[in-house]
Amino acid sequence: MEKFTTHTGRAVPLRRSNVDTDQIIPAHWLKKVTRSGFEDGLFEAWRKDESFILNRPERQGATVLVAGPEFGTGSSREHAVWALQNYGFHVVVSSRFADIFRGNSLKNGLLTVVLPQETVERLWALTESDPSAEITVDLEAREVRAGGVTATFELDDNVRWRLLNGLDDISITLRNEADIAAFEATRPAFKPRTLPVA
Amino acid sequence: MGRTLAEKVWDDHVVRRAEGEPDLLFIDLHLLHEVTSPQAFDGLRLAGRTVRRTDLTIATEDHNTPTLDIDKPIADPVSKVQLETLRRNAAEFGVRIHSLGDVEQGVVHVVGPQLGLTQPGMTVVCGDSHTSTHGAFGALAFGIGTSQVEHVLATQTLPLAPFRTMAVTVEGELPEGVTAKDLILAVIAKIGTGGGQGYVLEYRGSAIRSLSMEARMTVCNMSIEAGARAGMIAPDETTFAYLQGRPHAPQGEDWDAAVAYWKTLGTDEDAVFDHEIFIDASELTPFVTWGTNPGQGAPLGSTVPDPASFADPQERQAAENALAYMGLEAGTPLREVKVDAVFVGSCTNGRIEDLRAAAAVVEGRRIADGVRMLVVPGSVRVALQAVEEGLDRVFTAAGAEWRHAGCSMCLGMNPDQLAPGERCASTSNRNFEGRQGKGGRTHLVSPQVAAATAVLGRLAAPSDLTADVAAVEA
Ligand code: SF4
Repeated sequence: MEKFTTHTGRAVPLRRSNVDTDQIIPAHWLKKVTRSGFEDGLFEAWRKDESFILNRPERQGATVLVAGPEFGTGSSREHAVWALQNYGFHVVVSSRFADIFRGNSLKNGLLTVVLPQETVERLWALTESDPSAEITVDLEAREVRAGGVTATFELDDNVRWRLLNGLDDISITLRNEADIAAFEATRPAFKPRTLPVA
Repeated sequence: MGRTLAEKVWDDHVVRRAEGEPDLLFIDLHLLHEVTSPQAFDGLRLAGRTVRRTDLTIATEDHNTPTLDIDKPIADPVSKVQLETLRRNAAEFGVRIHSLGDVEQGVVHVVGPQLGLTQPGMTVVCGDSHTSTHGAFGALAFGIGTSQVEHVLATQTLPLAPFRTMAVTVEGELPEGVTAKDLILAVIAKIGTGGGQGYVLEYRGSAIRSLSMEARMTVCNMSIEAGARAGMIAPDETTFAYLQGRPHAPQGEDWDAAVAYWKTLGTDEDAVFDHEIFIDASELTPFVTWGTNPGQGAPLGSTVPDPASFADPQERQAAENALAYMGLEAGTPLREVKVDAVFVGSCTNGRIEDLRAAAAVVEGRRIADGVRMLVVPGSVRVALQAVEEGLDRVFTAAGAEWRHAGCSMCLGMNPDQLAPGERCASTSNRNFEGRQGKGGRTHLVSPQVAAATAVLGRLAAPSDLTADVAAVEA
């Protein structure tokens, strides 16, 4: 997982509430055997409409999704997070996220930022009037800065520590690599191996 | 205070223990198959990680593999992609794999033990719930999810929450014709499908000690159907005799050191279990399921239960739903339930002893008109052994189909499936709605009962056959 300290990027205003995981990534994409390559499935139904915000030329390369309330409801599929990341998003801002989606996103290093709805509205107004406006999400200061907007957000200390250090579950275990190596050194010789010893 | 078998194995694998954190456990053996591994390998790739211990990892193909025409391309595109992905991942990451067509291919839980890779006192994991099978050797073995598969691939460890221990003591002698499958179905019916939740079960007592290794695997295999984290049996001379001489069993001095260690693993006299249940082996009879979960079972000699007889409203509702799905009427003698298909196989009952037991019943007989019987060895090695003993010819002479090794009709993921409404006596482990194919109806049974059922076309025990013959002769 990549470290997340501060991210600055252009935004996509998504003026919809209750965007569920089926809309983020439809079920037929779940047959895939990888964690990558979901970018074309992101909001697949809406993207068939040329005027959909994600299809607009001025939104290409944007990395911050500013969404309506109740983002990520529905099934627990982690694919929804992978799809947003595969597409290029680093941050999703909303006034309310569904719990499981939020847990999945933070575990995978996609920062989900909760801001009051009126702040979300101001960010929408800003990026709609100036698509080139950049939003900075500062995890160290727990602050969002853009145009004339400065807003602080809350995040669990442990989760923040993990994101700042780029630690997923595996990374955390690998911090104890010395313990694993020490244990391996004491394993009895009679324990079986699947491969011939080189 | 003394420790139980499960606690000893756990303690011997703690890599790191810290206040407020789950113990980090070392994993001795990681088994892989095509269904639950692709995203785990992809996660490694995305993070630029490698498999830490390829020498403790092994893969085989089983869930999606066809049991006919295995030399032809795989017809179902999703199955094909999963198998090809496993092959590619194994090659890229240096993992040993036994693919379709290989002599060591087979159901993952049959392959590990027969290679001698599963040994007492080990921790064994696989992205499959029936990993509990390996507990028959006194190993702590359990199923894990795909993100845990990735975790084990990358670190050869897992952070694990503590478990509780339950002793399942079975004393006495199993009556003639009663098998390990009947025993475990009776245990599950007694404690319920959630009764084992959070526990590691240890099967013990004289009836368990007298079981062969294959029978012990049948028992431990179905621990998960009682909701348990794992099932275990203390290693003894039967275990050592099974292992000696297998390809991956220790040799020479290593063997002696291993046996000395294995002998220390049994639960101490003064150890205390969190919970205990007792079963009198002499009271057990052939057991079959009538419903849609493995806890909905009854003696073959009884009748389909009346849902109204269940005091618990949830159980009553579950029984009503089950009878509707199964197309059964309360009060019908189970022996009168007619079947369309019989499946002998799976990681529960697809080993050589199971095939021998089923063959002994059908030998010299014909299966009933209109009944389709599939015999699917659990692995290629089992198949070769069976052919050497002539069991395949016994089955085909009786009118059964002899197939290639794999999970087959245990689950509707490959071409072997029931048609909607079809009724099957199956030696597998799950009778869930649609498990053997959409709309299919499953009765879980032992190999002996499966074979007798095939001959008579209705649920039956081998003893019913002799009665039939006697009736004809009289
Ligand atoms: S035989 Fe059945 S239970 Fe066993 S691994 Fe295969 S599908 Fe799972």
